[in-house]
Amino acid sequence: MDALYFLLNKTLIFSVPLLIVALGGMFSERSGVVNIALDGIMIMGAFTSIFFINQMQAVMSGQLLLLLAVLIAMITGAVFSLLHAYASVNMKADQTISGTALNMFAPAFAIYVARMIQENGVQQIQFKNTFLISAVPVLSKIPLIGDVLFENTYITTYIGIVVLIVSWLVLYKTRFGLRLRACGEHPHAADSVGINVYRMRYSGVIISGALAGLGGLVFVVPTSTNFNETVAGYGFLALAVLIFGQWKPMRILYASLFFGLMKTIAAAYSGIEVLAALKIPSDIYKMIPYFATLIVLAFTSKNSQAPKASGIPYDQGGR
Amino acid sequence: MKKESIFLSKGFVNATASVIAILVGIVFGFVILLISNPSEAIAGLGYIFRGGFSGGAKGMGQVLYFSTPIILTGLSVGFAFKTGLFNIGAPGQFLTGAFVAILVGVKWTFLPAPFHWIVAVICGTLAGGVWALVPGFFKAYLNVNEVISCIMFNYIGLYGVNFLVKKNIYDSLKALSQNVATTAVLPKAGLDNIFFNTVGNTKDISTLNGGFYIAIAAAVVIYIVLNKTTFGYELKACGYNRFASRYAGINEKRSIVLSMFISGMLSGMGGALLYLSGASGRRIKVVDVLAAEGFSGIPVALLGLSNPIGIVFAGLFISYITIGGDYMQRLDFVPEIIDIIIAVIIYFSAFSLLFRNVIIKILTGKSDKELAAPVAVVDDSAASEEK
Repeated sequence: MDALYFLLNKTLIFSVPLLIVALGGMFSERSGVVNIALDGIMIMGAFTSIFFINQMQAVMSGQLLLLLAVLIAMITGAVFSLLHAYASVNMKADQTISGTALNMFAPAFAIYVARMIQENGVQQIQFKNTFLISAVPVLSKIPLIGDVLFENTYITTYIGIVVLIVSWLVLYKTRFGLRLRACGEHPHAADSVGINVYRMRYSGVIISGALAGLGGLVFVVPTSTNFNETVAGYGFLALAVLIFGQWKPMRILYASLFFGLMKTIAAAYSGIEVLAALKIPSDIYKMIPYFATLIVLAFTSKNSQAPKASGIPYDQGGR
Repeated sequence: MKKESIFLSKGFVNATASVIAILVGIVFGFVILLISNPSEAIAGLGYIFRGGFSGGAKGMGQVLYFSTPIILTGLSVGFAFKTGLFNIGAPGQFLTGAFVAILVGVKWTFLPAPFHWIVAVICGTLAGGVWALVPGFFKAYLNVNEVISCIMFNYIGLYGVNFLVKKNIYDSLKALSQNVATTAVLPKAGLDNIFFNTVGNTKDISTLNGGFYIAIAAAVVIYIVLNKTTFGYELKACGYNRFASRYAGINEKRSIVLSMFISGMLSGMGGALLYLSGASGRRIKVVDVLAAEGFSGIPVALLGLSNPIGIVFAGLFISYITIGGDYMQRLDFVPEIIDIIIAVIIYFSAFSLLFRNVIIKILTGKSDKELAAPVAVVDDSAASEEK
């Protein structure tokens, strides 16, 4: 049983950043703006917030520090994504181009600044991990759920769950969500009933930026004690999870859990007796998540539907 | 319609827009240099402008050497853009191409000299193509978005190649792939007589080799295929509108698969050419990081406006300032400044529509209203991702 708890626990650690970033991408694409800059935004969010932790860990620690870092990551992501919003909404630019530019800018900028401002001139930013919650009082005593959700966990896991619930509510149960979706499907129709398409698309991109920035921090904190100006391509994986999840919050959850589980098996197979006994090289295990996703996609994509207007700049005079 | 002046031609206006974007990028880079180290900023800018020339003739040879793979991955991405596909799988195709070329280069020593490297390049090229075939099939027959399957194939290729390198052609002392046989090294093709520095009595030759010619030839071939053949026209038509193409009698599924295959071959060729460069050339490092040259194809293609000839110049330019950035380390600047500049250039090249309108306005003195229509038609270089 312990192995199973361990597996599920680790799955959450891999899945939550994917979930958060893919949900961010969902808001952007549902408003009609393709955001392939998720990876770059994650790096920027992680960079500023980890640097904040690095500077402040002498005076504070634990959950308060992490929550402040979360705030900083979200603000950074939102501000950085404004560049993408400006290019794709105001300038009607090709969204792939500005997204690529942001993806290229972020790691270069982070490395440049880190090496310029850190005293030793290295690009890695060190931080002490004081954020692990070994057991939540009372709740960790619940059988099964307690072991998986409330032991050896991070507050970021709960933030991920909250983001999921709020995203679902916002998208399907609010006027804002309805308008956002309308702008991604048929912006001219939305405009004709008085919705400001530009404003909705800005909102979509900014939300995606804030969530991607947060995702960057959430990715780094549980897996490392230094930030090396990279998020290991998680932004692109989140893009894949978003498409895999068919631009719908609950499906994105399943997609990210599926991918997280596969990734966990690949990373932790040596701890599982059955798999360790097979003596298969680690490189083969590392391929599993990607193969598995492809196979699932092959069976599920026949009726795949992206938001109709996604990727097309809105031109009021167009038809 | 009366003949337009050369200044209003599509090519001229596009090129001017790119030049403006480049100027903005360099000014931005200069501002960052000024902020980080005011006293050395001017000298730093000098290194960027001098690029490979800081290293003399050998340095310029290195510029051409490093431009070879990114021209090819740029062609790969650009070709896919032209046919309505976003090939983000260039890193995987590049790496599989490199691996197969090295494998042939190390193992098939029974081949005589000129054939050995030719076969290695061809096998690497085909391997890249095969690696792109699967995403192509998935897109055409199963409606799987090519972006996601390409991303998955990047990682499968990465781990697969790492596994196979360790199993077959590993130099465990250096933790790199083995050297290829000398018969598999690309010939210098006379370039060693141009790009060298004289150190004492010896010639210090650059790593550049005949692979550069092959890259240029590939650009010319792609240009002809895209613009002068029915086949290329069909592929482009599928990119504009898959359904209209089918109505017009084009086998659109076959076209998508072929587009991906050709695109993958170009990336694979880039990998083969970079890694068959002899003792001073590159080896495969067994690390879990995707090939940077593959991703560089995206900015190269965007800066070159997906035009094969534009891509050659874009690849040369990016390689030139990247080498310049390496020399900037002499002034203790971080070479990533070059990536920042390139990113800014790409960002502003996305505004090319605006620039074009402004340029046309300046040149004609007319408002862009009456010219707006032709400009919009001209804007076919934009990368449209089919949904």
